[in-house]
Amino acid sequence: MSDPQNEGPVDAKARRGRNIALALGLALFMVLVFVVTIVRLGASTANG
Amino acid sequence: MTMSSALPTSRAPARWQDFLQLLKPRVMSLVVFTAITGMVCAEAPINPILGAIAILCIAVGAGASASLNMWFDADIDAKMRRTRGRPVPAGRVQGADALALGIVLSMFSIMLLGMTVNWLAAGLLAFTIVFYAVVYTMWLKRSTPQNIVIGGLAGALPPVIGWAAATGTVPFNAWLLCAIIFMWTPPHFWALSLYTSEDYEKAGVPMMPVVAGAKSTRKQILIYSLLFTPLCLVPAFTGLGGMTYLAVAAGGGLIFLVLAWRVFKSRAGDAADPRQDDGLYDVKAAAKDARNLFAFSILYLTLLFATLLAEHLLDLPVFGGF
Repeated sequence: MSDPQNEGPVDAKARRGRNIALALGLALFMVLVFVVTIVRLGASTANG
Repeated sequence: MTMSSALPTSRAPARWQDFLQLLKPRVMSLVVFTAITGMVCAEAPINPILGAIAILCIAVGAGASASLNMWFDADIDAKMRRTRGRPVPAGRVQGADALALGIVLSMFSIMLLGMTVNWLAAGLLAFTIVFYAVVYTMWLKRSTPQNIVIGGLAGALPPVIGWAAATGTVPFNAWLLCAIIFMWTPPHFWALSLYTSEDYEKAGVPMMPVVAGAKSTRKQILIYSLLFTPLCLVPAFTGLGGMTYLAVAAGGGLIFLVLAWRVFKSRAGDAADPRQDDGLYDVKAAAKDARNLFAFSILYLTLLFATLLAEHLLDLPVFGGF
């Protein structure tokens, strides 16, 4: 990994791509946890 | 231990695509396909969202074990034409980053599967990851020509995990799917290794043609094929497959046996290739029969699982079983 203070445009572009991919991965994980919670809550409510 | 720390470091920065490549997306797609087949064949009602999350966890778990494999095997990957372009041996990704990715994704996939679906499926996923990354990659691969026979269990478990995710149980039919992939693995990989054995020899990997010779490998391919093809018929009599499956398994099995017999009678793996080009899966003339068996083995397994999937999705009639 390069030093963000002294990196060239190619390094900066690669780092930006990695950061976006990581952000999307974390967002997907949050959505998954939220959806599972709703599904589980729905099932518990339906079962009384 | 891995030699990844001693590999040359590329000046090219790591892109997100390199990290995706660490997960072996093609292998992940096969794992997803067989896991979905196991889940559908279980014929148990599972919430479609939870089912999709289970498949995602199984896929990510497979990717995690692939990343651990690429971390540990970077030294031998660098010596083989087929694998030297992978992110770690090529220097695009640090070995420590591949290791970290593998560990983090393993933990996330196992914990998420356990908490959202069930802990039997999560336990089986954990076992599969450890078996592939530790037992196969770190131990068997470098120590015995039976590496892909025993290690094949890791590739055979995804339909069992899919079945467990749907039902919370693993009955006989789930293990039958596992056994089919397990018995398919040796003739499939040995057919490939018959025409790539120089690479394995160069890397010091004791694949069967390197250790026992091509003749012995061809004989063992035939023996495993004689065991594998009848096994593929069994699901038609246990309530898992129907008439269509039986026809596909029998017809494809006959072709498989003919191709295995041709490999047995051929000189595949005997002659040294004087050329040293970089063609991936470049095939010497004498190994054409081995290439044919390798290609058909992929088609046959795909057809078997696709037929089971279609029969269960379309609710086609199946024989009575237990």
